[in-house]
Amino acid sequence: MGGKQRDYGIPGTPIFDGHMAQKGYALNAMCYSFNSADNRAAFKADEDAYCRKFGLNDEQRSAVANRNVLELIAAGGNIYYLAKFAGIFGLDVQDVGAQQTGMTKDAFKAMLLEAGR
Amino acid sequence: MATIVGSVMTSHVPSIGNAIAKHRENDPYWKPFFDGYPPVRAWLDRVKPDVAVVFYQDHGLNFFLDKMPTFAVGAAPEYRNADEGWGIPTVKPVKGDPALSWHIIESLVADEFDITMCQEMKVDHALTLPLALMWPGGGDWPVRVVPITMNHVQHPLPSPKRSYRLGESVGRAIASWKEDVRVLVMGTGGLSHQLDGQRAGFINKPFDLMCMDALVDDPKKLTRYSALDLVREAGAQGTELMAWMAARAALPGRVTKVHSHYHVPISNTAGGLLALQNDGAALARAA
Ligand SMILES: [Fe+2]
Repeated sequence: MGGKQRDYGIPGTPIFDGHMAQKGYALNAMCYSFNSADNRAAFKADEDAYCRKFGLNDEQRSAVANRNVLELIAAGGNIYYLAKFAGIFGLDVQDVGAQQTGMTKDAFKAMLLEAGR
Repeated sequence: MATIVGSVMTSHVPSIGNAIAKHRENDPYWKPFFDGYPPVRAWLDRVKPDVAVVFYQDHGLNFFLDKMPTFAVGAAPEYRNADEGWGIPTVKPVKGDPALSWHIIESLVADEFDITMCQEMKVDHALTLPLALMWPGGGDWPVRVVPITMNHVQHPLPSPKRSYRLGESVGRAIASWKEDVRVLVMGTGGLSHQLDGQRAGFINKPFDLMCMDALVDDPKKLTRYSALDLVREAGAQGTELMAWMAARAALPGRVTKVHSHYHVPISNTAGGLLALQNDGAALARAA
């Protein structure tokens, strides 16, 4: 699988490059399918079967089970497709940001407000 | 001959769609963002564009990783919005201008831009929300559109310099269009924001304000950055600044700033707005 992940030297910042796009193809294909309400319902009805249908590997399957964004990214997930996955659970990008930074959502929102001052 | 009336650049965060649908424009959270738009709407009412050429990125509605064009130009008679998976309401279809699309496509390829041509293209929030911000009221859009997408999903991204040159080339294409239409060039996305990684929530206000100033008077200065420089300075998704650069580059001569506005945060993002009048077109009208 095209060597290991390159370090782009920007801390805390994943770069979704060819290597990651190749690694995450199945996971991202599943998340892309969540543009359809029927597919979102099918995932909710039988998560295991739905993940199998898209051929997720063990790392991706466990990241999905854990609803863990950093694990999903490490498994090759791209944030724009992952946001569609998060949408199934009614989570927005601030929930996603709070989880990745280990903050509460309120603390995360306060940090954003502070950035505007 | 076609006239470029000016450029409008704006952020396009999905949650704006919910705020509009739920009439939250005057809520304390949203008001400082929406307050930026009335002066630009008033200017648009005066210059009355017939067509908007819109630079933006598709966030996984029309394109997936199976085929990811660096630049793609729509050439459809109509563009439809659709479910994007994150729960924002879809808006009414937007009419296209296939004749102008094909003229731009021919002109770009003659200019050695190897773009992808699309006779079917779904348009996501990055096209529809800026339209809704400019022309509120539920989508009886007063403009036809020519969508031009830029890849900001998968690295390697196009460079800021290449994006700028694309905008210059589109500007020349519009200027050489034989129809007597008034064209607005839009660039949507940004400004600084990062959705992924431990640095999620990163915003860089000084960098954004520097870029907004440069886009008025010295836009070429921004072409010295690489795509990765923009990731570092503006956040992983702040690279969408390149859509602003392309829209600005379509105006070759002198410009006058109509209005600018900056508010942090909307959702995870620094909300920016900049409207520029093309002085050449304004003079021609006055004459
Ligand atoms: Fe975007």
